[in-house]
Amino acid sequence: MKGDLEVAETAVDTTDHTGAGEDPNRRDFIHIAVVAAAVGGGVAALWPFVGQMNPSADTLALASVEFDLTKVEPGQQVTINWRGKPLFVRNRTPAEIDAAVKGDNAGLKDPQRDADRHKPGKPQWLVLVGSCTHLGCVPTFGGGEYGGWFCPCHGSVYDTSGRIRKGPAPKNLAVPEYAFLSDTKVKIG
Amino acid sequence: MSGHSTYQPKTAFTRWLDTRLPIMRLGWDTFIDYPTPRNLNYWYTFGAILSLMLVVQIISGVVLAMHYTANAKEAFASVEHIMRDVNYGWLIRYTHANGASMFFVAVYIHMLRSLYYGSYKAPREVLWILGCVIYLLMMATAFMGYVLPWGQMSFHGAVVITNLLGAFPIVGETITTMLWGGFAVDNPTLNRFYSLHYLLPFMIAGVTVLHVWALHVTGQNNPTGVDPKSKHDTLPFTPYATVKDGFAIAVFLILFSVLIFYLPNALGHADNYVPANPLVTPAHIVPEWYFLPFYAILRAVPDKLMGVLAMFGAIACLFVLPWLDTSKVRSMRYRPMAKVYFVVFVIACIVLGFCGAKLPDDQVIPGLTTFKLMESDLNSWVWLSRIGTLYYFAYFLVILPVLGLVERPLPTPETIATPALSHPAAVPAEAVAAPEMKG
Repeated sequence: MKGDLEVAETAVDTTDHTGAGEDPNRRDFIHIAVVAAAVGGGVAALWPFVGQMNPSADTLALASVEFDLTKVEPGQQVTINWRGKPLFVRNRTPAEIDAAVKGDNAGLKDPQRDADRHKPGKPQWLVLVGSCTHLGCVPTFGGGEYGGWFCPCHGSVYDTSGRIRKGPAPKNLAVPEYAFLSDTKVKIG
Repeated sequence: MSGHSTYQPKTAFTRWLDTRLPIMRLGWDTFIDYPTPRNLNYWYTFGAILSLMLVVQIISGVVLAMHYTANAKEAFASVEHIMRDVNYGWLIRYTHANGASMFFVAVYIHMLRSLYYGSYKAPREVLWILGCVIYLLMMATAFMGYVLPWGQMSFHGAVVITNLLGAFPIVGETITTMLWGGFAVDNPTLNRFYSLHYLLPFMIAGVTVLHVWALHVTGQNNPTGVDPKSKHDTLPFTPYATVKDGFAIAVFLILFSVLIFYLPNALGHADNYVPANPLVTPAHIVPEWYFLPFYAILRAVPDKLMGVLAMFGAIACLFVLPWLDTSKVRSMRYRPMAKVYFVVFVIACIVLGFCGAKLPDDQVIPGLTTFKLMESDLNSWVWLSRIGTLYYFAYFLVILPVLGLVERPLPTPETIATPALSHPAAVPAEAVAAPEMKG
């Protein structure tokens, strides 16, 4: 009851103020303009403070690397640092390639053909971002029951194509953007 | 802060000051004259212990910051410089590192005490939520502090935790990129974590002021959960609470000293004395012990996003607890069924802690192989953590809401002073004499 009365008084009060010969829309306009300016100014002031959290220009500038493939023998893998993350360059043996191709129809969690994960005509070269798609640990080479990789953190198992076969990881190991500059040289990024 | 002030300035200076800045009056009302329930036990001394730990962490941290270098190339070496070259640097760093553990020991006891005596219930909901906010800030601070030495565990712990946030759809990737300041955990990450690690403790101090303010508005809860009704139920803060807190602090500091001087690395990981290497993950990644139950909850769920949601949900439960518990009786001293479920809850948390430290697929009982369910053997830590997780959530979302409706509580005392003045064993005797409560 008391609450109702108070609301009524306030309402009457407001009408009294604005009803004194002045156009009520002018005061409303000032309120809206002030709030809009304050919010707009606040967002504008906040913008650079949020923006500075994103990668800086020098970090972005380091985004690509070149790698000499002659360093990797068949059956081996070399891990290089790319954008602060490990990058796997794996020279697959024919047996490993066969296993990967066979896995194409194995009911994959993240279905992808092996042929789509390497450059055409170069099935032996697998270039992958070495971060487990679960929580970013570095999977160990040759581990797990599929002979691909095994993540020591939470037990994700990848096959010889870097596809997720078992464990909590949702996706296959990512294939970065890369190109063959020659038969023995790749540029990643 | 509430009620009538009894402060009487005695000197000319304090009278002069009192009319200008009544800070002496505030101190008197808060720490001298403030009425506390007469039956507070030692579980109620952890608030004071926590205040002390915050001060210890801030002082030791500020000193460490004078010698530490927040740069991915130099951070590890600068921590070794603190350990080997800085005068008493080893002592200050061990104090800070083990201080974090002792801080969490105290906060978990403090929280479980609230849970048992129903200190989160009306009118203390805001007090409880502020405590939860402090706990969240503590976790963020501890996590970022652990990253600073830039050892293998620091680095890969940071990788795993920041990747957790990447599980969220749409915004996940933006959040992780902003945390990293690049494509992966690297120097920009270390710098921003250092900055925030320095900031957050002062935010904790700020929220602590609100927490204590809210405490002084509602007054302290007590083991009976009954509100003080007269002067007979309370005692002044000084000397009664101050001396009790002081004794508890002395005991707590002895345990703290045992850690610092005899077991300084007992709670750490050897891997963190290896400089960070982004290309190799340690064989077994574990967070600090105080995060293990939540880590176990994360791993209990096979789906990435759902695991992350479960982990955050476990903390979110705490925030809404005042509205989940439907019981009118605050203290579990008078809730025979809730008491049992509470004990199981504490055990579940400890079991989850153990699960978080083990490899998920290792056997709980060595040598016993049962059958596989959801890709894991039933005799595995991951299945034990699933059971623990289920109980954790059931306790908050099912047991406490339902129990308040179906449980018949024991009679609560009229006043706090009643059981103290009559026979102290009166309450348990009644419990046995009520056969309808059994079973």
